[in-house]
Amino acid sequence: MDEDQVPQDASPTYGGHRKLVYAVDRDGSYVGVRSSGWDVEAAATGAALAEIERAKSDAWERARDGRTSPLEYYMHLRRMDLALLSQTTGFSRWRIRRHFRPEIHARLSKRVLARYAEALGIDAERLTRLVELP
Amino acid sequence: MTSGVAFQHRQSAHCESGVMSSMVTHAGLPLSEPMAFGLSSALAFALIPFIKISGQPLIAYRMPPGAIIRGLRRRLGLPLRRFTFRDPAAGMEALDRALSDGRVVGLQASVYWLPYFPEDMRFHFNAHNLIVYGREGGDYLVSDPVFERAVRCERAALEKARFARGALASHGAMYFLEGAAPRGIELPRQIDRAIRSNHRWMAAAPLPFVGLSGMRTLGRRIVKLSRKPEATGALPRFLAHIVRMQEEIGTGGAGFRFMYGAFLKEAAALTGWPALDDAAKAMTDAGDTWRLFALRATKMCKGREPMEARILCDVVMQCADREEAAWKMLRRPASRR
Repeated sequence: MDEDQVPQDASPTYGGHRKLVYAVDRDGSYVGVRSSGWDVEAAATGAALAEIERAKSDAWERARDGRTSPLEYYMHLRRMDLALLSQTTGFSRWRIRRHFRPEIHARLSKRVLARYAEALGIDAERLTRLVELP
Repeated sequence: MTSGVAFQHRQSAHCESGVMSSMVTHAGLPLSEPMAFGLSSALAFALIPFIKISGQPLIAYRMPPGAIIRGLRRRLGLPLRRFTFRDPAAGMEALDRALSDGRVVGLQASVYWLPYFPEDMRFHFNAHNLIVYGREGGDYLVSDPVFERAVRCERAALEKARFARGALASHGAMYFLEGAAPRGIELPRQIDRAIRSNHRWMAAAPLPFVGLSGMRTLGRRIVKLSRKPEATGALPRFLAHIVRMQEEIGTGGAGFRFMYGAFLKEAAALTGWPALDDAAKAMTDAGDTWRLFALRATKMCKGREPMEARILCDVVMQCADREEAAWKMLRRPASRR
């Protein structure tokens, strides 16, 4: 890639930052050049973020309708999935899935909630309530 | 409370090579990022079907996390010490102690919990590397190599990022150089060894999942997926996954090719070995072809171009051919032909 071909697509996913890439200058030597983003990369990141966003608002709607517990929403809010939440809390997947049932979630002990609070970085007290908007 | 040392922040393309080049430079041995990357033989390719990431096979364009730190330590004989901790409080205390001893400390941490990352870049990736070079009040002074400027990080956030659990968990990993970098390193000799070791992985491994044969397996897999009648959605998903693994994670598959090209170019100037100059050009071609692949695959996924698995397979095969050309020249880097 030549120096002047380094993409400068001002990707929104970079949040105003620039990344360093190596490119070839006119003399054929390599130089570090800052890039404000590439549309191809932004599309890949954007698709991954959209998928997370979709799962999050879906969980919010189901939690609002009482079909899942707020815990599932907060898991997606922290961009986690069941596998990761299981690894970070030490709870097995089926146990977490059980905690997604509102009636069981409502009776969780302080200790269990504290483990979730720690893993998600969200106050235990907040975990039992759903936010107003997804 | 203020502690720390004067430290020169330098932006890098990749976190681990960036941390190592800055640390070694700080310890008195000026080392560019491409040099750190090349000397640790970190260029790779692997397609591992039995390790899944959200249901898709793992595709890696470089050696696994930690390989640059370990590789460079061995290659240069660095007095590097690495610690992990069970107890987060002990981990933070050890960091504070190292800082008050005037050390520049490398840390492994999770990207997600580092508050200075832009929101859209925060994914749960536990093997990010950064340097802490001081403290000011409740903040740590951080030289994160992928950022343009030095940043700050609050203590509680840094602790959470260091001790995040999950895949590739850091366990608070921290490392620093004890004393100055070694003197009298014969760089040409180490360059020769590093390239030959990398050659073994890329061009001579008798496994269908790694190196050049791994790339060709990837190409064939794209065609195979397109022939499955039930899999109209599976191919675009697989392609999106490849592009994401290639362009978004770290500096990207093409990015590592360019970095290795930069290493070869620098090594050519240092050693005078003509093969390295030619191989640098071939490696640059390979990087350009990987970028072309990402571009066309994305266009096809978005429907801006008809989906033609055959074409994409050909591009991947070209990537493999170009890298093969480079590695052929690098089989005996020091020979004058």
